[in-house]
Amino acid sequence: MAKTIEEINQKIKKGNVVVFTAEEIINVVKEKGLKKAAEEVDVVTTGTFGPMCSSSAYLNIGHSNPRIKLGGGKTYLNDVPAYTGFAAVDILIGATAMPDDDPRNRTHPGEFNYGGGHVIEELVAGKDIRLEATAYGTDCYPRKKLETWINIRDLNEAVLFNIRNAYQNYNVAVNLSNKTIYTYMGILRPELGNATFSSAGQLSPLLNDPFYKTIGIGTKIFLGGGIGYVAWQGTQHNPTALRTDNGVPKRGAGTLAVIGDLKQMSPQWLVGTSFVGYGTTLTVGIGVPIPILSEEILGYTTVTDDQIYAAIVDYSDAYPHLKSTIVGEVNYAQLKTGKITIQGKKVPTSSFSSYSKAVEIAGTLKQWIISGKFQLTQPVASIPGVESGVTFKPLKERSIQS
Amino acid sequence: MISRKIVLHFPRRLVDRPLVYHLIKDYNLEFNILKAQVTPAEEGLMVLELKGKQEDYDKGIKYLTEAGVIIDALSQNVSRNEQRCTHCGACITICPTGAFELDFVTRKTKFLDKKCIVCGLCIKGCPPRAMELHF
Repeated sequence: MAKTIEEINQKIKKGNVVVFTAEEIINVVKEKGLKKAAEEVDVVTTGTFGPMCSSSAYLNIGHSNPRIKLGGGKTYLNDVPAYTGFAAVDILIGATAMPDDDPRNRTHPGEFNYGGGHVIEELVAGKDIRLEATAYGTDCYPRKKLETWINIRDLNEAVLFNIRNAYQNYNVAVNLSNKTIYTYMGILRPELGNATFSSAGQLSPLLNDPFYKTIGIGTKIFLGGGIGYVAWQGTQHNPTALRTDNGVPKRGAGTLAVIGDLKQMSPQWLVGTSFVGYGTTLTVGIGVPIPILSEEILGYTTVTDDQIYAAIVDYSDAYPHLKSTIVGEVNYAQLKTGKITIQGKKVPTSSFSSYSKAVEIAGTLKQWIISGKFQLTQPVASIPGVESGVTFKPLKERSIQS
Repeated sequence: MISRKIVLHFPRRLVDRPLVYHLIKDYNLEFNILKAQVTPAEEGLMVLELKGKQEDYDKGIKYLTEAGVIIDALSQNVSRNEQRCTHCGACITICPTGAFELDFVTRKTKFLDKKCIVCGLCIKGCPPRAMELHF
């Protein structure tokens, strides 16, 4: 019997909704069978907590007297440059922005102790942030300089807006060269010294809805400890990526753009993060509820780590030089044992996505739904699926010499 | 027999004296140097694992202290800020001595400070910077 989101919301209101996390549902379906479980279960909650570089926050700081037009000028938050190419007092701070005087990789590997991700974390934590701005001055916005403390509680708007989050699967990174390399997948030791990965696997939102049958534009989600929404497909969304026979992508595939009011989020779920030799970013907590509208949809949520394969990619050569060659494939059950075998060598593994935090997010979202404080939304439009033919293209570089 | 990991801070004036040699010769202690560092303009620092009878150990420590060496217990030197740790597990393959372990039940990362030799690799390798070095 097919359900509708409206019916599920009625059950949430009445307090008799049945919710499991994407981890719990595996055994529930094993015990009850798909048909019976699909009748009984209303929602499956997912979660992920990992570094997501295409994250940002936009703020409206309110007008000073005399007025200043930050647009076209320069604005810094705790010395980190914010984007000002908007109207007078709207600014955007990106997770990977860093202070002009940060030494970066001048002495390699750089430390990258503080950047936009850390500003967002401190803002959410309610800390005062130092704003320094210079502008060119106009008749209607005469002021040219502004130095002030700002605090999230005083801002008109503070909105988290992440243009690419929640990657549906990701590379496993290794280093085949003979020297240590410093990447966004962490410190990779020479000659297959270690392998790093970054996905919540069987708990990851898009791996539980591989064909985007329920997750679409307007889907209400757990975002950074508060409530957010799917705004669009994320950048680099690649639904046509290689998949297994059961539809699970074996490479980085779908992505989500998400948005939500930063004022109700928490620094516990938005953590400023540093990658030595690489840069700064923001670790973001996301949880997506999957309404069990059919047996088919429930079936997808029972995916287990041993059914999710990822490509092992050499970050010393193949990745930087955009080569499609891979070292091999491995599944998340193997990765999570702490050791995998590559080319006959035992290689220790570690993760950048926190599975224990993903469990916590899926559990929190489950509680929100059970307690009636979180209702599901019907997406207003789908994100492009396999049938769209959308692919992720490399840059077509063209000479600018005429 | 006891075995302890300690950190010795040598003031500049003591850097050229063979103090630890006397731990073997006069106090019958066994040691394993886990880390040693002396820079011309700075103090010396040595991380030792010291083994021997309690009585000899106490005498050896007394000898070093009286000579002017400042001694800390090693476990106080690298610690984990539990609030910042996200249990991602990135530290596990960074640490050369295996001081981080994944708990397969909770999927959380354990810090076994007994195995830590204060090399400091985890400090910058930890994405949320939860590992803190205290000297």
